[in-house]
Amino acid sequence: MTQTNRISGGLVDRSKTLNFTFNGKNLQGHPGDTLASALLANGQRMMGRSFKYHRPRGVLTAGSEEPNALVQLRAGAHQEPNTRATVAELFDGLAATSQNHRGSLETDLMEVTDLFSRFLSAGFYYKTFMWPKSFWEKVYEPIIRHSAGLGRLSGQEDPDIYDKGFLHCDLLVIGGGPAGLSAALTAGRSGARVILADEDFLFGGRLNAETFEVDAMPGSDWAERARAELTAMDNVRLMTRTTVYGAYDHGIYGALERMTDHLPTSSGKPRQILWRIYSKRAVLCAGATERPIAFGNNDRPGVMLAGAVRAYANRWAAAPGKRVAVFTNNDDGWRTASDLSRAGVTISAIIDSRDGEPRAQIPGATVAMGGRVMDTCGRKGIRSIKLVDGRTIDADCLAVSGGWNPNVHLTGHQRGRPAWREDLAAFVPGEDLPAGMAVAGAANGALTLAAALSEGRAASEKALNDLGISPNGGDMVKAEDEAADITAFWHVGESKARAWLDQQNDVTAKDVKLAHRESYRSVEHLKRYTTLGMATDQGKTANMLALAIMAECTGKTIPETGTTIFRPPYTPIAMGALAGRARGKDFRPYRLTPSHKWAEEQGAVFVTTGMWLRAQWFPRPDETHWRESVDREVAGTRGSVGVCDVTTLGKIDIQGRDAAEFLNKLYVNGFAKLAVGKVRYGLMLREDGMAMDDGTTARLGEHHFVMTTTTANAGPVFRHMEFCRQCLWPELDVNLISTTDGWAQFAVAGPNARKLLQKVVDPEHDITNEAFPFMACAELTICGGTKARLFRISFSGELAFEIAVPARYGDSLMRVLMAVGEEFDVVPYGTEALGVMRIEKGHAAGNELTGQTSAANLGMGRMVSKKKDCIGNTLSERPDLNRDDGLRLVGFKPVNRVETLTSGAHFIALGKSAVMDNDEGWMSSVTFSPELGHSIGIGFIKQGSERLGEVVRAVDLVRGKDIEVEIVSAHFIDPEGERLRV
Amino acid sequence: MIINHPLLGPRDAQEFTYLGDASLIDRPDWQDENAAEKFHDYLYIRDNPAGQHRELWYHEQGDRSWLVVTRDTLTHEITNVELARDVAIAGGRGR
Amino acid sequence: MSYSGWKVIWQGLTGNTGWKPAWREPDPKAAYDVIIVGAGGHGLAAAYYLAKEFGVTNVAVIEKGWLGSGNVGRNTTIVRSNYLLPGNEPFYEFSMKLWEGLEQDFNYNAMVSQRGILNLSHSDPQRDAFARRGNSMRLAGADAVLLDADGVRQMCPFLDFENARFPITGGIWQPRGGTVRHDAVAWGYARGADMRGVDIIQNCEVTGFIMDKGVCMGVETSRGDIRAKKVGVAVAGSSGRVMAKAGMRLPIESHVLQAFVTEGLKPLLPGVITFGAGHFYVSQSDKGGLVFGGDIDGYNTYAQRGNLPVVEDVCEGGMAIMPMIGRTRLLRSWGGIMDMSMDGSPYIDKTHIDGLYFNGGWCYGGFKATPASGFCFAHLLARDEPHPTATEYRLNRFRRGTMIDEKGVGAQPNLH
Repeated sequence: MTQTNRISGGLVDRSKTLNFTFNGKNLQGHPGDTLASALLANGQRMMGRSFKYHRPRGVLTAGSEEPNALVQLRAGAHQEPNTRATVAELFDGLAATSQNHRGSLETDLMEVTDLFSRFLSAGFYYKTFMWPKSFWEKVYEPIIRHSAGLGRLSGQEDPDIYDKGFLHCDLLVIGGGPAGLSAALTAGRSGARVILADEDFLFGGRLNAETFEVDAMPGSDWAERARAELTAMDNVRLMTRTTVYGAYDHGIYGALERMTDHLPTSSGKPRQILWRIYSKRAVLCAGATERPIAFGNNDRPGVMLAGAVRAYANRWAAAPGKRVAVFTNNDDGWRTASDLSRAGVTISAIIDSRDGEPRAQIPGATVAMGGRVMDTCGRKGIRSIKLVDGRTIDADCLAVSGGWNPNVHLTGHQRGRPAWREDLAAFVPGEDLPAGMAVAGAANGALTLAAALSEGRAASEKALNDLGISPNGGDMVKAEDEAADITAFWHVGESKARAWLDQQNDVTAKDVKLAHRESYRSVEHLKRYTTLGMATDQGKTANMLALAIMAECTGKTIPETGTTIFRPPYTPIAMGALAGRARGKDFRPYRLTPSHKWAEEQGAVFVTTGMWLRAQWFPRPDETHWRESVDREVAGTRGSVGVCDVTTLGKIDIQGRDAAEFLNKLYVNGFAKLAVGKVRYGLMLREDGMAMDDGTTARLGEHHFVMTTTTANAGPVFRHMEFCRQCLWPELDVNLISTTDGWAQFAVAGPNARKLLQKVVDPEHDITNEAFPFMACAELTICGGTKARLFRISFSGELAFEIAVPARYGDSLMRVLMAVGEEFDVVPYGTEALGVMRIEKGHAAGNELTGQTSAANLGMGRMVSKKKDCIGNTLSERPDLNRDDGLRLVGFKPVNRVETLTSGAHFIALGKSAVMDNDEGWMSSVTFSPELGHSIGIGFIKQGSERLGEVVRAVDLVRGKDIEVEIVSAHFIDPEGERLRV
Repeated sequence: MIINHPLLGPRDAQEFTYLGDASLIDRPDWQDENAAEKFHDYLYIRDNPAGQHRELWYHEQGDRSWLVVTRDTLTHEITNVELARDVAIAGGRGR
Repeated sequence: MSYSGWKVIWQGLTGNTGWKPAWREPDPKAAYDVIIVGAGGHGLAAAYYLAKEFGVTNVAVIEKGWLGSGNVGRNTTIVRSNYLLPGNEPFYEFSMKLWEGLEQDFNYNAMVSQRGILNLSHSDPQRDAFARRGNSMRLAGADAVLLDADGVRQMCPFLDFENARFPITGGIWQPRGGTVRHDAVAWGYARGADMRGVDIIQNCEVTGFIMDKGVCMGVETSRGDIRAKKVGVAVAGSSGRVMAKAGMRLPIESHVLQAFVTEGLKPLLPGVITFGAGHFYVSQSDKGGLVFGGDIDGYNTYAQRGNLPVVEDVCEGGMAIMPMIGRTRLLRSWGGIMDMSMDGSPYIDKTHIDGLYFNGGWCYGGFKATPASGFCFAHLLARDEPHPTATEYRLNRFRRGTMIDEKGVGAQPNLH
């Protein structure tokens, strides 16, 4: 097939031919083409099917506002649904298929829905499909879902990569048409840091689509010269293929730059870049969008916006038809007739809804002033048009102009409302713009060329003055304002056939009237009831018509009827771009412990805890089940000695003359009198009296403490402490540093822990039980002078220490401990064994410190000192937190010892039914105790501490378990704590 | 949003962690005879204004300063940024 | 007029010209038995149930904007009753049961679609927490299924099981959860209430409360004073502003929650998927768009818009869990103002002012609560005592120390 509709001129490069396919058909185009222009050049009018009625549709526009010509681009994992053919640049090998049809594009079986459209009017589905009740999910909805939707995702992972970046500038110019170029030239020549962004791949905007002259040269040449001048400026960054899609707070704009969408492959480079542009000032020069007129069957392929027809002819040298008719309510439509006629395309008629004299002489064209198009003929593309006066005129393309809507979208992203201008019959930006934003050119209602150029310059100069930069824009650009008279005209009342407003969602003028009749009259009701403006184009070409028709129905003016709210993004943005590199394993960073590499070498299994990766257990080759490994690690530790990396616990260094007093206010229990060289367990509440965190704090010196927090709360606790220090008690002389990452820390636990440590601790330090008893701490040296801290604390219930060294020694200390521990058969143990031993000791951890438990719930109510102020003290005294039947943390054993307890089971008294009213608490942590040889658990049950020995049910409905458990002390092993004091 | 840190200059709001109304600085006296009621109001009751709001932000990814930011909850315009410690001392805390 | 398939066919055959207004546009009367401030989902539902279940029909719903312009007009349409705490779960399960009969009850197809909701777990403690929660649900008569990784894979093979930063270890699935066409909920309640005599007065702003000797006697509005024996306020998002007119300070902060929808796609997702570790939840609308959301922006605001970091954070979560969605496009984002309460749970209560009742503090969970909230508020307004499923939603619960804190983050609204 040849390019039957390719005409002369234009900005396509005929020296190169690009091959592409549409629905498998081989076609040719040229560099500079979009998919839509190339399809038109090849005489392909029909490009898609509509959403609801599967009506045949062709391209309506020449820009990003396109509602109809949506295609699936590329194949396989690169398949990209809902791509607008009007903005898809042609490349060699491009493959596109039309979407939303069953069967071929030409013969879509789903077209049958159009025959039933009388039963499918706006909101029909709200009135039916209610009976029988179960049919919605089973019958109706699946049918609706399968016929709805547009394009299809491949279902495979997106193979492309996306980047993100930040940019900063004095002036952001949004849109590179005449106003934008003028603004950028002014600012650029004045030395300001400028970013000029345009969604098109060429700067110039409408200059490329029109035949205007600027500075006595063709507009597109002037645009190219301006681009060249701006490119040469170091202070200007030019961004084509870049859509500024959202205006956010404090001058921050979101922008998407398409890097490789115009290329056959991305070749490993980022497909798109999401920019966050931090601007001091911005000028919105986003131009205007033409709107259609509503009349019968105004959706047939071949009915297009007049400005788009002109653009295809002037810029892309593609004639949308052989016999073109024009229907307009303004002077602009006439230029389509004159430009195409000059290019040799037959103009069959010009129908102008205004009375008066013809605005131009077009050879061979029928002119109907005060005329109106009532209907079109031709199922898969128009053949002729019918006028209200009864005439039928042949045309294979109808160019329609209902006037232009300034692209005010970004002015409304911070809730500013547009204002109505009667002379333009359009909304223009209102008073309430985002801070720092100005609007110029067509976006501001300056719809003519000279006005746009001078507004761009003026807005730029004002911004420069605000920033203290003297404007130095050079000579004024010479151009003339074209005729732009308009008389508002929205829809042809005489039309009997359906007149389409939102062409993608198939919303008609009748639907608007029905919405009005049924009292869905607010703009938001209209939109939501009819789905007007909710398609991928967000109603850019549809909303004004519907608004005008609703205004007619209600007898109000258009501004009284209002507009819907503009929301970001201006045009749709790929999810991949918004996510950037944060996907897969790179979704969030990993934090690794100092012994991570060593643990990897041992073949450790790792577990994610928050951002951390921790060794969960260390399987040996002969072990086939994780329990084998864990039980061995527990037995090895309790039997001799084990080592566990506990670096992830939060560590906070606290220094200052008032450090002790600070801690005293922070913890519920007293810290003021803790002796130097001693460690104390501390419980911290939130101000609401609930347990926030627990841990040990060591007093290394009179004015020096080191606190440990749980892994999960290291950040929040530190933030809380800084709040207390800076905001609540600024008088205290205390300073804090988070040292979690600064120190590697290992638990060394088991009866041989001391013997092992004595082999690494330098001999001048005495760590015997007498010199270094339980809860002692010291700063000392190990391995011949390496500084270290030693704490005699125990989470396992064994004789245990935690030894800390600067993080850079962590890896080697782990290796040293393993080497010198060989004679004791030292075992490394992971978080799982750690958990087993802590449950055997009845220590609360994350499963118990849920933020929903009080000190009393945890059995530590008596720790809360009533003699001092501390965070949470006052509110912990509220009555419902001190009920006699409150929850208490206790232990549980299965009555039948072979049963396995489950965490998350709820407790129900024997003989009572399993309903919420009988719920007495829940099991929070369970484990198999290697030492006891059966399953044990800890959990919260009402009045638990007074019910030891009682048997209740542990009901786990989601796991299908219901077993009897005995309430016991949570201290399953060595309740007197003898082992840890030896 | 951008917060003009009194020590560090303009910083992206992403570097900060938000807490809430700056009245959280005014922690009541635990020995007050109405301490329970005062703590209840302090912790749970908010002015929640539509307009100027003095609020606490923590420079968690920065210098760990707590700041009192005066920001309009209708427009998000920030008109003042102070070190919370200075605000606390000026308000009589620590005396 | 009642709606049915036959009516749609008959009207289709006769040109669709016989459809009647779904509701009237009445002028306010001088006085009512009950005024409800706010024609959002909760206010309209309360009016509907007052008329239908409690026989109170001399009711006006006063709305500043258009009916349904509350958060019922901008949410992610999810319904579920998968709560943990006894103060919440029976209430949300009551709501779920009302959803299940709603369309037949008010003769309007709100597209209650029970395609299930799945919450993903990524660790053993999280699985245990889900088990605890699932058991709470089952004890309250709701449905819950604990899934292992294979169970999740069977249901959602497209999730990232191979290369995930937070590996999926399982999930909790509520088969009866799902989505509802949110605007239709407002319209169905409005139509049902209007049919029973309730006056819904749009474009009428409440500017103050009429007080007499400490008793609320009605409201001052942009269309004049309107008296009532009882005034119920259901304006979540604006609670702080409206109740300030009665001199009340509340345990509420206003925050913005953004929500998002992509371009339409052929069916992709089975139901609702929640990825807690990535702050992302998603469903697919009947039109084909992926409707999704994440966390609130986190700062006090009354501006119905958010900022970019949260947009990106949410989309990162989406790509992390469903890497197949990279080439679909975000179509629209919006922001709604949430009443963030101090424990993450709502209030349905009398105030200390006689005649003035309050419903609010829904955080970002208000949509699913719409039927039960309306029912329980109607119950309170009609009978002056709380509905049995809403006894914990008292304004004074923090004085007593009875927080209903599902997340366990304490009195910091932006963390709930």
